[in-house]
Amino acid sequence: MSTTENTTKAALPAMTHTVGMPRHQKIIFVVLLAVLIALPFMVYPVFAMKVLCFALFACAFNLLLGFGGLLSFGHAAYFGMASYVCAHAAKVWGLTPELAILTGTATAAVLGLVIGSLAIRRQGIYFAMVTLAFAQMVYFFALQAEFTGGEDGIQSVPRNDLFGLLPMKDDLTFYFFVLAITYGGILFIYRITHSPFGQVLKSIRENEPRAVSLGYHVNRYKLMVFVLSATFAGLAGATKSQVFHLASLTDVHWTMSGEVVLMTLLGGMGTVLGPIVGAAIVVTMQNYLAYLGAWVTVIQGCIFVIGVLLFREGIIGVLSRILKKPL
Amino acid sequence: MAIGMSAMLQASGLTKEFKGFVAVNNVDLTVERGTIHALIGPNGAGKTTCFNLLTKFLQPTRGTITYDGRDITSLSAADIARLGLVRSFQISAVFDDLTVLENVRIAMQRRRGDSYDFWRSEVLLAQYDDEARGYVESVGLGDFLNHRAAELSYGRKRALEIATTLALEPDMLLLDEPMAGMAQADVDRISALIKRISEGRTILMVEHNLSVVANLSDRITVLARGEVLAEGDYDTVSKSPEVIDAYIGAGHD
Repeated sequence: MSTTENTTKAALPAMTHTVGMPRHQKIIFVVLLAVLIALPFMVYPVFAMKVLCFALFACAFNLLLGFGGLLSFGHAAYFGMASYVCAHAAKVWGLTPELAILTGTATAAVLGLVIGSLAIRRQGIYFAMVTLAFAQMVYFFALQAEFTGGEDGIQSVPRNDLFGLLPMKDDLTFYFFVLAITYGGILFIYRITHSPFGQVLKSIRENEPRAVSLGYHVNRYKLMVFVLSATFAGLAGATKSQVFHLASLTDVHWTMSGEVVLMTLLGGMGTVLGPIVGAAIVVTMQNYLAYLGAWVTVIQGCIFVIGVLLFREGIIGVLSRILKKPL
Repeated sequence: MAIGMSAMLQASGLTKEFKGFVAVNNVDLTVERGTIHALIGPNGAGKTTCFNLLTKFLQPTRGTITYDGRDITSLSAADIARLGLVRSFQISAVFDDLTVLENVRIAMQRRRGDSYDFWRSEVLLAQYDDEARGYVESVGLGDFLNHRAAELSYGRKRALEIATTLALEPDMLLLDEPMAGMAQADVDRISALIKRISEGRTILMVEHNLSVVANLSDRITVLARGEVLAEGDYDTVSKSPEVIDAYIGAGHD
C-alpha cells in the first residue's frame, strides 16, 4: 500500500498545490472552529464576539492588502457605516438581526463601490490618501447626520428575534450566530483568495504591467477586490453593532482604520491566520489592559514597533517561514 | 523577401512629446506579416518609448497605429493584448510568487474568461494543467513546473515569460530587449527560441546590439534621436554611413 502511495507521490512531485486546501490548513480550520465553539464557556461571551468581529474585519482588510496589494487607510468607513445602518435598521425599522446586518453590509458594499471606483485610479501612497480622505468625509457625515446621533451614537440597539423566531437576548445564544457569520465570512475570504479570481489578483499584485500586457483590465479586478473587502468589513461592523447594542463614532474614526492595519501587520499580512491572530492579540490587550487607560495606546504602539522590527512578516508570517507551510 | 506581403503593424507619423522634449519624432514603421523585424538604435534613441507607444503603454501625441488593418490608436493596452498583439518587457516579467505552471495558467485563464469567478475553487484551474504543461515544456522548462518563478535563473525567467506569452496564442509578439543582461549561452538559447516561435507569427523586437539581430531579423529599422535613420536588411543597414556614424561610431561593434 505504502509503496503505491510513494510511487504516485514521486510521479507527481508538487501537484499538491492544485488540489485545493492543503491538509494542514484543513486541520487548522477544524481546530480553530473547535476552539471558537469552546471559547464563550471560558471567557465572557461579549468579549469573544468582539474578537470574532475584529478577526473578520482584519481578514477583510487583509484580502485587500495582502492579496490585492492595495493599502487602504480608510476601512473604518465601511466598518462604521455598516454598523450605523445596521443599528438604525434594528432600532428604528425593527428589522430582525439577520436583515439588519444584511442592510448594513449592503451599505458598506455600495460605499466601497463608490469610493473604490475613484481610489483605484491612483496607486501607492496616493491610493492610501484618497481612501483616507473619503473615510474622513464619512466620519464627518456620521458626526453631522441626524440618524447617527452625533456624539451619542445609536444607543440601546435592540437585538430582535432571529428570523423573527429565535430570541437572541442571551449573549451565549447570540455568540453562536456571530460565530456562524464570522467563521463563514473568513472561509469565504479564504475561498476568494484561492479562486480563479484570486490567482489573477496575485498576478496583478506581483507584476501589474505584465498582467496588463496579458490582456487583463486590472482596474476591474482591483475594484472588485475593493468592493469585496469593503463588504466583509461592513459585515464585521454591522455584526459588532448588534453585539454591543451600539453604533458610535469610534467605529468610523480614523484610529479604527489604523487599528485594522496594525492587527493585520502584527499577525502577518497575506497569510490566512495572521489577521485572526493579530485581531485576537490587539482586542485582548485592549480588554485586559483597559485599567491602564490611555497607556493601552502606548503599549499597543510599542508592541507594534517591536513586532515590525523583529518580525516584519508578522507572527504567522514568521511561523509560516519556519514551518515552510502556508498558514 | 517575398512579394505580396501585407502590413501587420503600421505606425505613421508617430510622435511623442514629453513637456517639450520630443522623444519620438514622426516615425513611420511598417512590420510585414510573418517577418521578424528589429528596432535598434543607441541609448536614448527612443526605442523603448516607440515600443511603449505601439503597445499603448504610452499614448502618442500625434500619429496613428494600425494593427491587422484596424486602427488601434485609441485602444487601451489590455485591449490590444486581447487583439493578439502581446508585448514582453525589458526586465523579465514573471509573477514571482506563482509557480511556473501558474504563471502560464494566468495567460490561459484570460483567454477562457473565468478570471472573475471569486466564489469558485481554484481546483477548477487544474483543467488548464495539461495544455499549460505543453507550453512550459516547449520552452524547455518541463523540470521546473512547480518551482516558484522567483527561484528561476534569469535566462529561465525569460523562457517562462515567452511560454506565458505563447499561451495567449498571439498573432504578433513585441519583444523588448529579449537578450538584455543575459549570458552568451542564454542568448543563443533564446535566439533559437525566438526563431522557432516566429513560425506563423510576426515579431517586432527592440534590441540594443546589432550583432544579436543580425542573423535573426528579416528587416531592421534604426532609430536615432527619436527618428528613423535607416531601414532595410542587415547588410544595407550595417553599411549605411549614417548608421555607422550615429550608432557604430558611438562605441558599439
